[in-house]
Amino acid sequence: MLELKNVSYTVKAGQDSYDDRDHDIIRDLSLTVEPGKLIVITGPNGGGKSTLSKLIMGIEQPTGGTITFDGTDITHLPIDERARLGIGYGFQQPARFTGMKVAKLIRIASGEKRMSSAACNKYLSAVGLCSANYLDRDVDKSLSGGELKRIEIASILARNPKLAIFDEPEAGIDLWSFDKLTATFEELHKTQPDHTILIISHQERIMQMADEIIVIKDGEVTRRGTRDEIYPTLMFSKNQDPACAFTRTAEAVSY
Amino acid sequence: MAENTAVAPAQVGSELDLDAISREMLEVIADMHGETEGAVNIRKNGCLACRTNSDHVTITSKTDNPGIDIRVDAGCKNEHVHIPVVVTEEGVHDVVYNDFFIGAGADVYIVAGCGIHNGGDKDAEHDGIHRFFLEPGSHVVYVEKHYGEGEGTGARILNPTTEVHLGEGASMEMEMVQIKGVSSTVRKTTGTLEADAKLVITEKLMTHGEQHATSDLDFEMVGDGATVRVISRSVARGNSVQVFHPNVTGAAACRGHVQCDSIIMDNARVTSIPAIDAKSTEAQLVHEAAIGKIAGEAIVKLMTLGLTEEEAEEQILEDFLS
Ligand SMILES: Nc1ncnc2c1ncn2[C@@H]1O[C@H](COP(=O)(O)OP(=O)(O)OP(=O)(O)O)[C@@H](O)[C@H]1O
Ligand SMILES: [Mg+2]
Repeated sequence: MLELKNVSYTVKAGQDSYDDRDHDIIRDLSLTVEPGKLIVITGPNGGGKSTLSKLIMGIEQPTGGTITFDGTDITHLPIDERARLGIGYGFQQPARFTGMKVAKLIRIASGEKRMSSAACNKYLSAVGLCSANYLDRDVDKSLSGGELKRIEIASILARNPKLAIFDEPEAGIDLWSFDKLTATFEELHKTQPDHTILIISHQERIMQMADEIIVIKDGEVTRRGTRDEIYPTLMFSKNQDPACAFTRTAEAVSY
Repeated sequence: MAENTAVAPAQVGSELDLDAISREMLEVIADMHGETEGAVNIRKNGCLACRTNSDHVTITSKTDNPGIDIRVDAGCKNEHVHIPVVVTEEGVHDVVYNDFFIGAGADVYIVAGCGIHNGGDKDAEHDGIHRFFLEPGSHVVYVEKHYGEGEGTGARILNPTTEVHLGEGASMEMEMVQIKGVSSTVRKTTGTLEADAKLVITEKLMTHGEQHATSDLDFEMVGDGATVRVISRSVARGNSVQVFHPNVTGAAACRGHVQCDSIIMDNARVTSIPAIDAKSTEAQLVHEAAIGKIAGEAIVKLMTLGLTEEEAEEQILEDFLS
């Protein structure tokens, strides 16, 4: 359903680059994604995972290569057209809006202007935001990081795109909501066999749900295979420090 | 223009003789359609068009100046008052003095507002001078919407002056909105607060084209425990110019907060000069002001949800001023 051919993304010196050098952020990357799969993309910080998602969504333009979605060349399509074709992206760092209610964002995402509060709440509880008064909150700086992140994910659930990309959905989310979230992803994967879920994650539990794992490092796919092939090679070293027993951060991973 | 003292005992319903334009504007500025509950006073082109009193609200015409006195009985609850103004003729310069006397412990919801439809090439202006006297323990919600329309080249000018006096423990929420179409406005809002009085004023303004808007706000807290919160949100588009000058003075153990947020677009200009003035060591005063263009990441997020860039922009502005 999604095919990237020789995609590259270079930031030129003197343009967007923060210094006076060119940066090859994605290098000649080719990748095919089959429909119905739950795929986890992992890899070291700065490896290019978010950039890759933004290239797929159209937020950044590749400097080389082509991107095809369901047979359509989308390489140069604007963001909103890709959205209408069925691509969705939950940001690693979600945007905030002054004066916009959570309910409004969910309704815009779903495309149903008159969606009932009960229906909106369904998406919020899927990410562990159970109290009804969230619908009336503003999506602005009054929300905590974890609340905002979960509302971002809920907006993608409400949109229900054919290809849903979640960029580190676990980041900043508490234990209880994380449980709810993984259950939601599993449910989604099971009940919609023609939809594809791409999750960028450093989280062990999320990787265990994957049909396939892709490792991206220095802008390239360094490894790809089924969960059972890739997962054991990632070599988790469990953090046994009891002081950290209540924080479930990404366990140390060696790629 | 002389105040028409004849009282038309009509509801804002079908029997009242209002043209279609006035009816539409009443909906926009005062949410009035069909029967409106509570006390009503409609002023059209400088004359009284309709008045209804209610059990606890009495409206009388002033004898010295054009305008009305609105008296709300002490202790009454959930009273509604609608006093909209419409101007549909060019060349009208309407000045009106409205005084509100709110009895102790009363709880009232007041909707004012002015709509100008200027189809001609001469200016049309309405200057409303509103004074509020809140007795101790009373509570007022005041909503004022200003709106202009019309195909003529004549300016639509609205210069409101609003003065509020909050007695001990009184509280007031003011929402003052300029929707669009007002060529020029100079807004002056002032007030004093006694002990434990509480005022929240939200001002929302949108200007476009060649419009000018100036808003001066000045509140002084004279009693311990008083609080003032000023929230100003504006959008300036086209070649429009906005100038904000809110000031909060604390002369007691009180708290004041001024927050101005503006979105600037096209070739507009926004000047924001918030001020705080402490006359007591116990006054806690804070101001914040921010002016910037629409956040790019917010537009991008809405585009990922299928909105075009233009739709995303309009949505963000609508919410910002909602
Ligand atoms: N405009 C830019 N100029 C220079 N470098 C950039 C620019 N944009 C991104 N980069 C770099 O590209 C690299 C990849 O960034 P990206 O955000 O895609 O990484 P990531 O794999 O998502 O990392 P993380 O796991 O930390 O989220 C980083 O080194 C980043 O600094
Ligand atoms: Mg990232």
